[in-house]
Amino acid sequence: MPPEPAAAALTPGTPAAPAVAAPQLAPVAAPAPLPAAPAANGLLATLRRHPPALIGAGVLLAIAVLALAAPLLFPGDPLAITGAPFLWPGTSLAHPLGTDSLGRDILAGLAHGARVSLGIGFAAAGLGLVVGIALGALAGYLGGWVDAVLSQLIEIFQTLPSFVLLVVLVSIAQPTTATLSGAIALVTWPMVARLARAECRSLREKDFVLAARSLGYGHLRILVHEILPGALPPIIVTASVLVASAILMESALSFMGLGDPNTVSWGSMIGQGREYLRSAWYMSALPGLAITLTVLALNLLGDALNEALNPRRKGTRR
Amino acid sequence: MSAPLLSSAAATLARPRSIAPLLEVANLRIAFGRQEAVQGVSFTLHEGETLALVGESGSGKSLTALSTLDLLPDGAAISGGTIAFAGADLAGLAPAARRALRGGDIGMIFQEPMTSLNPVMTIGQQIIEALRQHQRLSRRAARTRALELLDLVRIADPHRRIEDYPHQLSGGMRQRVMIAMAVAAGPRLLIADEPTTALDVTIQAQVLELIDRLRRDLSMAVLLITHDLGVVGQWADRVVVMYAGRTVEEGDPAALFARPLHPYTQGLLAASPRLEDSHHYTSGPLVEIPGSIASASGQPGCAFAPRCPQAAAACRIAPPPLRQWAAGRQVACPRVLPEDLP
Repeated sequence: MPPEPAAAALTPGTPAAPAVAAPQLAPVAAPAPLPAAPAANGLLATLRRHPPALIGAGVLLAIAVLALAAPLLFPGDPLAITGAPFLWPGTSLAHPLGTDSLGRDILAGLAHGARVSLGIGFAAAGLGLVVGIALGALAGYLGGWVDAVLSQLIEIFQTLPSFVLLVVLVSIAQPTTATLSGAIALVTWPMVARLARAECRSLREKDFVLAARSLGYGHLRILVHEILPGALPPIIVTASVLVASAILMESALSFMGLGDPNTVSWGSMIGQGREYLRSAWYMSALPGLAITLTVLALNLLGDALNEALNPRRKGTRR
Repeated sequence: MSAPLLSSAAATLARPRSIAPLLEVANLRIAFGRQEAVQGVSFTLHEGETLALVGESGSGKSLTALSTLDLLPDGAAISGGTIAFAGADLAGLAPAARRALRGGDIGMIFQEPMTSLNPVMTIGQQIIEALRQHQRLSRRAARTRALELLDLVRIADPHRRIEDYPHQLSGGMRQRVMIAMAVAAGPRLLIADEPTTALDVTIQAQVLELIDRLRRDLSMAVLLITHDLGVVGQWADRVVVMYAGRTVEEGDPAALFARPLHPYTQGLLAASPRLEDSHHYTSGPLVEIPGSIASASGQPGCAFAPRCPQAAAACRIAPPPLRQWAAGRQVACPRVLPEDLP
């Protein structure tokens, strides 16, 4: 019911839209408009002020719609042979983006691949965020030996080359969407945990935390209610980059043939097109373009979120 | 004033009043590791009374206050003495019972209203949270109570203000919100840790006036921590002067100001400029206490001895004990006692 706390943090610097009225005021409310702009409007306003962010959001939305609609638009197995091999894009109405070396439709592959890439990207980033925030916040808030143990754990993970660790994990486990997401989350959570730990550590020393304790609040309540909302903005910004890097990791694994062999993914399409790079480069280029677009869109969105949520950027905003 | 608050005030009044003090701090010592920051502070606070704890920065007055709420910073611990609230020794209470005291029977307000409110929550959410922590209230009932509390602390237009974020309020209003949260559960003791230091001079009196009115209306005792002697004279029933972690003098403000006994109190009073003195900077420098604030630990004797104009050799060997000088008047200085004893 209250505005999302993390987004609420952006209201201080956000000039209030004049049309904004108090949304949840009691019937007795004063008629004068409140100076506070509700958080959601602030975010939209930020998007509007940043055309690149708008483009990023649009591209991402289009890809998400394509991914969701893939079973309807391209029913059947995208790995099935549906036409002649080596059809160049634009040469056949039935295969607008051509076919690969076995005669599989590339557009269908891209659409179904978007499901896998976005699915793993968001699942891995979400899992990494949950684990990273939980452990990082505990370490930062509690300090002491909990912090010492968790910090060591984070450092152990960070000293391992993450992609090598990922390859090892995937080779041991069966490569399915779930294990791939889990493995990617396992190599990305330390980054989130470090960030969450640092934020919580600095917030825990704030006067309002002492004030909250003086009111008799418990530790969990203080951590979840008082500290996390303030710690989230930089983490939310990182989340967009996290999704992008998870998509790239999944693509890299699939390119190397370590992905799930039963599903089509952008990475595996590039990998299979590699042999024909000189004669039919479109086979690798098209899924490559899809990855580029998605990652670019996420980065554009991340920049806008950074602008909107990062307190350190507040002063530089017009 | 609004009716439900009056009824809660009446309930507070109806509590059995004991002759025993509400808060009794006896020979309290607080240490950071081996360094003792508070080296024996004693005072008693009775129901409905305002006790001022006066001292400069580092004299241990804030630590003393925090220790009564079991909120000492990391690394600090009570190393001796006892704190009893309403007859119960805090050290003997279970952690859950001590937590229930915080915000329940003991409310606290802090120096910086700017940073003591959560910047990402509206003040309404924060007051409602404070209310629901100690009372079983529905969201709707808590909101109604929050509006009453805002009204009680004299915030104009509470319906509108309840949706505001802390940054939208002035410093004085923020402190009023802090006070509203601190008294939400109807505490018997309000600890005010330099409540006006961060405020404009014009607002200071209003906030102190408010605290004093709430003390009477809600029948609380107030532990007022301050370094402002003007505040002490006007609002306190009794004064405890602290220096470097020790009580050096205690008494009622009129007597204490009329005749300061301890050399430190004398210096402090001489150093505070007064309107009637019409002291101008051209007529000479302001009076000051020579030297700088002693650290709380390090030397064996009286901590004030290095700055004291009357220090004797004995002062540097062992800290002088606090001794009764008259009824309700104590002082820890061997130079005062012998000839001045009544």
